Amino acid sequence: MKIKRIGVAAIALAAAGALTLTGCTSGSPSSSGAAGDMSAIITTNGSEPQNPLIPTNTNEVGGGKILDAIFAGLVYYDAKGAVHNDVAESIESDDAQNYTIKIKPDLKFTNGDPVNAESFVKAWNYGAALDNAQLSSYFFGDIEGFSLDENRPELSGLKVVDDLTFTVALVQPESDFPLSLGYSAFYPLPESAWADLEAFGENPIGNGPYMLDGEGAWKHNEEISLVTNPDYDGPRKAQNGGLDIIFYASQDASYADLQGGNVDVVDQIPEAALSSYADEFPDRSVNQAAAIFQSFTIPARLPHFSGEEGQLRRAAISMAINREEITDVIFEGTRTPAHDFTSPVIDGYSEDVPGSEVLDFDPEKAKELWAQADAIAPWSGTFQIAYNADGGHQGWVDAVSNQLKNNLGIDASGNPYPTFAEARTEITNRTIQTAFRSGWQADYPALFNFLGPLYGTGAGSNDGDYSNPEVDALLKEGRAETDIDAANEKFQQVQEILFKDLPAVPLWYSNVNGAWNDTVDNVEFGWNSVPLYYQITKAAE
Amino acid sequence: MAGYILRRLLQAIPVLLGTTFLIYFMVFAMPGDPVVALFGDKTPPPQVLEAVRERYNLDKPFIVQYLLFLGGIFRGDFGVSFSGEPVSDILARTFPVTLQLAAIATVFLAVGGILVGLISGLRKGGIFDASALVVSLILISLPIFVVAFTAQYIFGVQLGWFRTTVGSGAPIQDLILPAMVLATGSFAQIVRLTRASVIETDGQDFVRTAASKGLSRRRIVPVHILRNSLIPVVTYIAVDFGVLMVGATVTEGIFNVPGVGRTLYQAIIRGEGPTVVSFVTVMVLIYLIVNLLVDLLYAVLDPRIRYVK
Repeated sequence: MKIKRIGVAAIALAAAGALTLTGCTSGSPSSSGAAGDMSAIITTNGSEPQNPLIPTNTNEVGGGKILDAIFAGLVYYDAKGAVHNDVAESIESDDAQNYTIKIKPDLKFTNGDPVNAESFVKAWNYGAALDNAQLSSYFFGDIEGFSLDENRPELSGLKVVDDLTFTVALVQPESDFPLSLGYSAFYPLPESAWADLEAFGENPIGNGPYMLDGEGAWKHNEEISLVTNPDYDGPRKAQNGGLDIIFYASQDASYADLQGGNVDVVDQIPEAALSSYADEFPDRSVNQAAAIFQSFTIPARLPHFSGEEGQLRRAAISMAINREEITDVIFEGTRTPAHDFTSPVIDGYSEDVPGSEVLDFDPEKAKELWAQADAIAPWSGTFQIAYNADGGHQGWVDAVSNQLKNNLGIDASGNPYPTFAEARTEITNRTIQTAFRSGWQADYPALFNFLGPLYGTGAGSNDGDYSNPEVDALLKEGRAETDIDAANEKFQQVQEILFKDLPAVPLWYSNVNGAWNDTVDNVEFGWNSVPLYYQITKAAE
Repeated sequence: MAGYILRRLLQAIPVLLGTTFLIYFMVFAMPGDPVVALFGDKTPPPQVLEAVRERYNLDKPFIVQYLLFLGGIFRGDFGVSFSGEPVSDILARTFPVTLQLAAIATVFLAVGGILVGLISGLRKGGIFDASALVVSLILISLPIFVVAFTAQYIFGVQLGWFRTTVGSGAPIQDLILPAMVLATGSFAQIVRLTRASVIETDGQDFVRTAASKGLSRRRIVPVHILRNSLIPVVTYIAVDFGVLMVGATVTEGIFNVPGVGRTLYQAIIRGEGPTVVSFVTVMVLIYLIVNLLVDLLYAVLDPRIRYVK
């Protein structure tokens, strides 16, 4: 998981005048093939990591961007989100539950330590043990022997077979387990890390395309300097000399530096420049849907929102929202209206899942459904959507509320919490008494990752306490399939049910908005909205 | 004099204790759980939350947390941030940057402000005075972020005279533009303050006496008028320096200055108690010292002011 306070940029609805759609420029790299300067350093934006640079203890974008550059996992994801082997020679399973993982021979960390089965097994054991309090520990929750109740220094499901082979036993079949192995929590650690992990977190040693430019390359709150790792010969071999990630406190500062030519590539655009950046950087910008799903959750415990009445009201609310208009007017076309519960960048995505009509704007039908619900039990009160006021959500929440008011004839309003922490605390403690903003950024590119953790009964991020035995059964069946297409078929059936129950009302996908200077070529953004830095080329100056 | 200084320093102790306690309490009482927020929109198992809380002592009652923190400070240990960096290192890294920024800004506003104010005051009602009044009025009314963005765009992006943001290591040439931006608001105040003070002093008896005993204007202006006009101005500059020292969040954010304001803002947002309180402790200290220096400076400027025990 890469957390970003999903900072939805919004302008006041009052200012909504022109309904122009920002031109979406293609993000495909120029095919000029001009060989870049192999010593040129690419500069880009980032943010100060919130935690030490230890793979199992990093769960936010600032640190994740660095870890992905300096480590190589068993697999990696290409721009389309497809999975390919990186360190792994093969990942095999007959039953989707017991996996045999073979590692490519003769790989080394940048300090000379070998990359072997031990480097993975030890790192995962450390990450999973309760006493180590690692932020990503629950990623190992499905491996046999994982416990949240007692500290277990070793997972019984991990076995080293020989130097380059280890096996993983899961508690249940999981067809998407190999897909998740490119996530940073599953990176290996060198033997030398264990002597002093704290020091390691400050000067991490990896096996990826880049490495830290010596001790102290991480200048806190300023930047981190990475140089190409000459020993890395995998599929992500760097086409440049290194990477300087500058930590910015505001998007405005990074954009000013892009304009001023002090930075080559940025993957965020400030609100004020959303309508102009595509013109200012012609053919050098992207605005495309990312693996970030935005919605608002209506908890099942709210009165009027369960049973048949609940289904009718949820469908009515969904159909009373004009997603196109809000994404155009408030977000300047930098959001893409949702057609499902996942994201278009995920393998297996379809915008025509049966039942998805409920996401189309249809005020008459909405009114009709609402009236039918009123016949079951009359509505009273105000429909509220809670949000954190520090994330720029007010614009769209007010817009949605207004549309509900106008199209359903009910009272609707936003319910702001001053800070993200405050809103999340109320949601986690289930003390929140209204609908609330929800969002999901995928940890790894798989349909299941958008569905299982959010809508499975008792699942970790099922904050609305949704429960449907049919959904649970289909999720389980899908995970037991060894063929990914057969699995995705089951997951789409899950979505059909979700469209009826609407535990959360899908709104839109966040777009990745980025731009780059003419100093660099071959800029392409990955499935997780981060540029694929290793393939960027820069002409010699 | 020494006794006076000692007494002032002793007075600082309860002030420091009180402020750290209050700030620590306020951070603690901030609604919302910082550990929950660490996980973003995802909800981890409660046992994981518990384990993380335990690591940062966040599971202990308030008073225990505060005493642990206070005990640490006496041993020179300010605690660690969520990223595992000792807070003392963060202090040592950010305060010099902000000190430089504040010093450059103060030089700009002191030299420029006093000079313009002096000329305005001496030529009351002239063209220079009128235009200085208008310009200072405009500068006072502009919000700092407008000045900052405009300056950044014109001098950084368009003309390319300065780097758009402050580069790694915060070199002095990069700090000049943000310092000038920081100086604008107070610059206008200094101009007006100096002008009013100069006009008042110019009409005093001792100035007339000096003139009638045959002293040249060249001697009267710096020695008699300027020196006696400076007392309120010096107070203002010193207080302003204190304000600049505790960080300029907006300007530091726009120019990406790795200083106190930006770091503190991030720590508040992340709910990192030890970082916030350590910063505030140092800020209070700076404020107390600056105020003491101002009081001592009075005696230098105006021999009539004496400090007795």
